[in-house]
Amino acid sequence: MEQLVQNFFNIEVLIKVYPMLLKGVWMTLQLCVVVVPIGFLGGLLVAIGYSFHNRWLNALLIVYVDFFRAFPPLVLLIFVFYGTPYVGLEVPAFVAVLIAFFLNTSSYYGEILRAGIESIGRGQWEAARSTGIGRLQTMFYVILPQAMRNVAPDLTSNTLEVIKFTALASVVALPELLRMGRIAQGITYNPTPLIAVALIYLAMLWPLVRFLSRLERRMLVKQR
Amino acid sequence: MSALERIKHNFFDLEVIEKYAPSIIDGLWVTLHLALFIIVCGLVLGLLLAVVRSFQLRFINWLIIFVVDIFRALPPIVIMIVFYFALPFVGIQMSGFVVAWLSLTLVLASFVEEIFWAGILSVDKGQWEAARSTGLSFFQTLCNVVLPQAIRMTIPPLTNRTIVITKSTAIASVVAVPEILSQAGAAQGFSANTTPLTMAAIAYLLIFIPLVAMSRVIESKFAWKR
Amino acid sequence: MLISIVNPNDRPVVLDAKGIVKTFGQVKALNGVDLAVTRQELVFVIGPSGSGKSTLLRCCNRLEEPTAGAVYVDGIDILNRGININAVRRHIGMVFQSFNLYPHMTALGNVTLALRRVLKLSTRDANSRGMEALDGVGLTDKAGAYPGELSGGQQQRVAIARALSLEPKIMLFDEPTSALDPELVGSVLEVMRRMRNTGMTMVVVSHEMRFAREAADRVIFMDEGHIVEEGTPSDIFEAPQHQRTRTFLSAVTQK
Repeated sequence: MEQLVQNFFNIEVLIKVYPMLLKGVWMTLQLCVVVVPIGFLGGLLVAIGYSFHNRWLNALLIVYVDFFRAFPPLVLLIFVFYGTPYVGLEVPAFVAVLIAFFLNTSSYYGEILRAGIESIGRGQWEAARSTGIGRLQTMFYVILPQAMRNVAPDLTSNTLEVIKFTALASVVALPELLRMGRIAQGITYNPTPLIAVALIYLAMLWPLVRFLSRLERRMLVKQR
Repeated sequence: MSALERIKHNFFDLEVIEKYAPSIIDGLWVTLHLALFIIVCGLVLGLLLAVVRSFQLRFINWLIIFVVDIFRALPPIVIMIVFYFALPFVGIQMSGFVVAWLSLTLVLASFVEEIFWAGILSVDKGQWEAARSTGLSFFQTLCNVVLPQAIRMTIPPLTNRTIVITKSTAIASVVAVPEILSQAGAAQGFSANTTPLTMAAIAYLLIFIPLVAMSRVIESKFAWKR
Repeated sequence: MLISIVNPNDRPVVLDAKGIVKTFGQVKALNGVDLAVTRQELVFVIGPSGSGKSTLLRCCNRLEEPTAGAVYVDGIDILNRGININAVRRHIGMVFQSFNLYPHMTALGNVTLALRRVLKLSTRDANSRGMEALDGVGLTDKAGAYPGELSGGQQQRVAIARALSLEPKIMLFDEPTSALDPELVGSVLEVMRRMRNTGMTMVVVSHEMRFAREAADRVIFMDEGHIVEEGTPSDIFEAPQHQRTRTFLSAVTQK
């Protein structure tokens, strides 16, 4: 028991390293705030692209989406980070992370939003268009609000995934939460910082997980 | 060197490919083994948890929800690093392979439990009543009537989730499992050339593009009845 | 006492429910209902929606747990915690408004599941008995069809066969024709009429007044969780004693 406290919940160590961990949290938050909206916007573009029902565009989008859904995000990240210098582009870690996660995230969001848009019946399109509203306006004011509600659980679940992906950025030495935790562990030779990192992630993400569960339950009840 | 030549030299160098192909293939086998163990154990454990949960024992359900929530909330890489770098301090020593297998199995099982549970809940109450009225027991009804319908409904989300988690096997490179990505990383270090990473990417795409395409077909065939 | 009025020939009582009370939270669905059904009797239960008819039926095989009261089936106290409710339920057939066929099994599979799992018959015995039951409802040619491929009337007949194949002592019908298109109702009523003629004991909750008039031995009118009045079909339909019964009957017959 004492050994457990000494190694996992060591207050002294925690006091020593908490400024580092805070820095890590800050970086992780910055990542989330940038990656999530950008990925979502990319996904929106993909979904709107699908809605034109143009054969060539659709084929292109399917290739894009499936390609990046098949690529493990960590492999993509490492490829972008270590590959770009060889073609003469020296990108900082933060940008490499953005590029890699954009490709992955926009594919997933795109696929989810497409399913949402397709779940809305033709009647909604026809009703809106019959009142003289334009294509894109119909999309934004009539179709998307309903579509997003229909796929709200999938959107939430994907957002949760994206936030979890940000921990992968530690592999390319971006000083986010996990990376800072590992550095702190190295300095103190005590795993308390790692446990703290896990607890911080839990504190950030558990509410989202609970919210997601409730959302899913509500959808089930509505389906009946 | 022209830009095209430079790309060819750095990303598709034939000599490098020839030299490191065997180690990438070794990595491929490790990845496939790891993935197989994770998928089988994760699906079975997840189904088991969902069945236990359907018995509605309050304390046990509370425990299941708690554990499942934790493994759904934590990034897999954090779980692996804690298992691999922190647990030895309290005397729990596991190889990288076991850590990767255990972490991702628990993560997959947690998601699978939630998916199955949602499936069980989505089966109409009348199905329970009809079966119970003919004298089938709770457990017989669950196995013969409810689960077959629930599983059918859960196949699309199950496929997607399984693919996502199987892709996470690449993270095992962080805990020194000699799978595709770590083999490629080592080769890249030796050769000072990105070609091994290209090879790794192609290896992953070879595994996952068919799976993603398959999930697309499954999605349209088994679509949730909305 | 009830029995002696309705049924002078001292037949044994198959179902005997006494003082059934059922509350859902604040709402009292049943407020002390007695129902005794003798062998080969067809009892018809009518009443406005929300009067507690379905709840009464569901208390008789413990799909709902009564808040108070006693239910005996063939002399067995089925509310007793110690009994094996699954063994009792196979003697009480139930037919639902929404059929509740198992969508992932064929018609024959639906019928034979309980034969195999509850009666533990071999697949071959279960199949031959299942085919007999399907024959009884005129659907042998649909044995291999899935519920989705059957009309509502056919689905309900398969559901009846599923209950009948267990050779129950009593059959409970919970609005068996309410979910059917009008032109499909006849085939289901025809099956029920045949069951009556072969001497099956039945309790039917339904709005099919014509069927009640021609086939029922006794009609019970329920409202607000208790029995308002009961009697022979001609008692109830031609000379109802209570104002509430008259109001209800004139409302349904106007349709």
